Amino acid sequence: MTAEELREKQTEELARQQGLDNRILCCTAAGCISCGASGVRQAIADEVKAQGLSDKVEVCGTGCMGLCSRGPLVLNTASYQLYASGANAATIVAGKATTEPGQSIDLQAPFFTRQKKIVLANSGRVDPEKLTDYIAAGGYQSLAKALEDMTPREVIEEVKKSGLRGRGGAGYPTGLKWDLVAKQAAPTKFIVCNADEGDPGAFMDRSVLEGDPHRVLEGMCIAGYAVGAQQGYIYVRGEYGLAIQRLQNAIKQAEREHLLGSRILEQNFQFRIDLRIGAGAFVCGEETALIASIEGKRGQPRQRPPYPPASGLWGAPTLINNVETFANIAPIIENGGQWFAGIGTAASKGTKVFALAGKIANTGLIEVPMGMTLREILFDIGGGIPDRKFKAAQTGGPSGGCIPEEFLDTPVDYESLAKIGSIMGSGGLIVMDDTSCMVDVARFFMEFCMDESCGKCIPCRAGTVQMYDILQRITKGEGSPADLEMLKSLAVLLRETSLCGLGQTAPNPVVSTLKYFPGEYEAHIRERRCPSGHCQFAATEQEVPA
Amino acid sequence: MAASTVPAAPKDNREKMLERAMSRHQYSGSALIEVLHTAQELFGCLSPPLLKNIAHKLKLPPSRVLGVATFYHFFSLKPKGEHTFVVCIGTACYVAGGFGLVEKLEHRCAKAGHTTEDGKVSVETARCIGSCGLAPAVIYDGTVLARVTPATLDAELNKIGVR
Repeated sequence: MTAEELREKQTEELARQQGLDNRILCCTAAGCISCGASGVRQAIADEVKAQGLSDKVEVCGTGCMGLCSRGPLVLNTASYQLYASGANAATIVAGKATTEPGQSIDLQAPFFTRQKKIVLANSGRVDPEKLTDYIAAGGYQSLAKALEDMTPREVIEEVKKSGLRGRGGAGYPTGLKWDLVAKQAAPTKFIVCNADEGDPGAFMDRSVLEGDPHRVLEGMCIAGYAVGAQQGYIYVRGEYGLAIQRLQNAIKQAEREHLLGSRILEQNFQFRIDLRIGAGAFVCGEETALIASIEGKRGQPRQRPPYPPASGLWGAPTLINNVETFANIAPIIENGGQWFAGIGTAASKGTKVFALAGKIANTGLIEVPMGMTLREILFDIGGGIPDRKFKAAQTGGPSGGCIPEEFLDTPVDYESLAKIGSIMGSGGLIVMDDTSCMVDVARFFMEFCMDESCGKCIPCRAGTVQMYDILQRITKGEGSPADLEMLKSLAVLLRETSLCGLGQTAPNPVVSTLKYFPGEYEAHIRERRCPSGHCQFAATEQEVPA
Repeated sequence: MAASTVPAAPKDNREKMLERAMSRHQYSGSALIEVLHTAQELFGCLSPPLLKNIAHKLKLPPSRVLGVATFYHFFSLKPKGEHTFVVCIGTACYVAGGFGLVEKLEHRCAKAGHTTEDGKVSVETARCIGSCGLAPAVIYDGTVLARVTPATLDAELNKIGVR
């Protein structure tokens, strides 16, 4: 396919879609599927057939529509009605408002109006299994623009201008990273997409891959052109079966249309993408461990430098970016870096996708401009905490921290979150109410890090076990005041001396809960009492010496 | 997955399929993880003779193959039960009570990471399956169950005749 044919195909598909009376979009992301989306879709298709509307009404599957807690979701595009779980197929096809409460969703609710969608623009709108749908939505036009009108240098400059920072959590400027790889003189270079989304409580990358896989492929392809690489790998978690299946399908479709492979868009540029399926190791989200895993070895990190842009996969310069980072590339090339830089805060540009989970009314997937406050995210978009009182928000998974109520007005950007002892992380945002015990939360995350420590460096391997033991003791009511001092000193040790990010950030949940909820630790140790009522203490224990 | 309930395919066929997977990767050692994925899918678990065979074919030291197979949680060296419950204990499921589900299964079946003696049920835990909107979630034979309660598990266990 040439760029000209691509544009023709877009016009053609758009005309076809406009010729229809109605398109009924059924969310078929993993979340909705496990609530029975396939059955709902089938019922609607049957209803359309029964009414003899098959050639006028199209029923398609789409990616995540965001409000997972109400799924399976269905959108009638003609009447612009969004239906929640339980709505009747005939009502949906007719596009009427439902009579039962809770079956229609108000699209004017803050949950929808306060979001700004760049990464998720297509998610919930296009069918992730159809390339033509993505092309109709303007897909692969950025790739065509880059290949036809821009030099690799100009692509990198545009990404630099956008101010895009790595969405995996650390926030390294993407343009700079691309520049580093582009400057290497090596003949072979690699692009790697990190889709090993291991943080418990995070499902942004999965939703992007499931809802809009071509967007990620396009981003990687543009990156390949910019830095001079001809091979890309997507390292996906083995747990994400549906995402893997949709990616495999998308790669095949793109190759068939010469949007991937050799002579892309009939230009002198080739780029292939292969999948690598992870096998369940959290540490493989660390870039050097991920590289080892792609090479077929144990996923253990190594000392940096050399950083992957200098020496990565099989010793070649390697560009590693997160799924969400790549998903931002096509819009940046399409609308220009200036446009992207106009969104967000001074140092953090663009939007961020968050996975809202835990004790919050609207669990699901959201995308907001950087700089929005946590309060707006949790109470306006998230709909607040049902029944109980807010206690803490946890960002950044096991590497992040717990944010108490007094910091709810902190704007969400890389620096502000770091200042209050948490991190942006990949975007998991878990809300806890007053039934959650913060000491037990710290113990939970430490257990995670202990299990997931690869065992290569001693501070992490032994330190996480020691910290876990202490936290375990405290939650059983057997802690002593000296334990708190020990926790603090171990936290410094792990942070300063661990080899990779896993060990360096493992103490964060402990440090942040110690800082913001010292009273809970004190109550466990001195009074053998859990303020939230979560921890159970053995009744026969003798009093712990204070 | 459905495959676990279907009677095992003839042995030679599975070996042929594994061979084909290895040749697709040109017997390259860097494809070890891919090959192990395929092997586990075909045989259900990675037995020592199977690992030895793979090491031989990919020209890798057996220690390296065993090292990789034991490093990743996904690979199992012991056979799985007829039915598998994977309880998610990611943060969202933890907040929503995932550990109560683990306790339920441990009480009625086997300890997490183990299989009942009659080979009927395996109980496993996972660190976030990414279905946080549906917490607490359990993967039962490959299907995600949403907002699971101990009572849901009781019902499922009764259905397959676990006492």
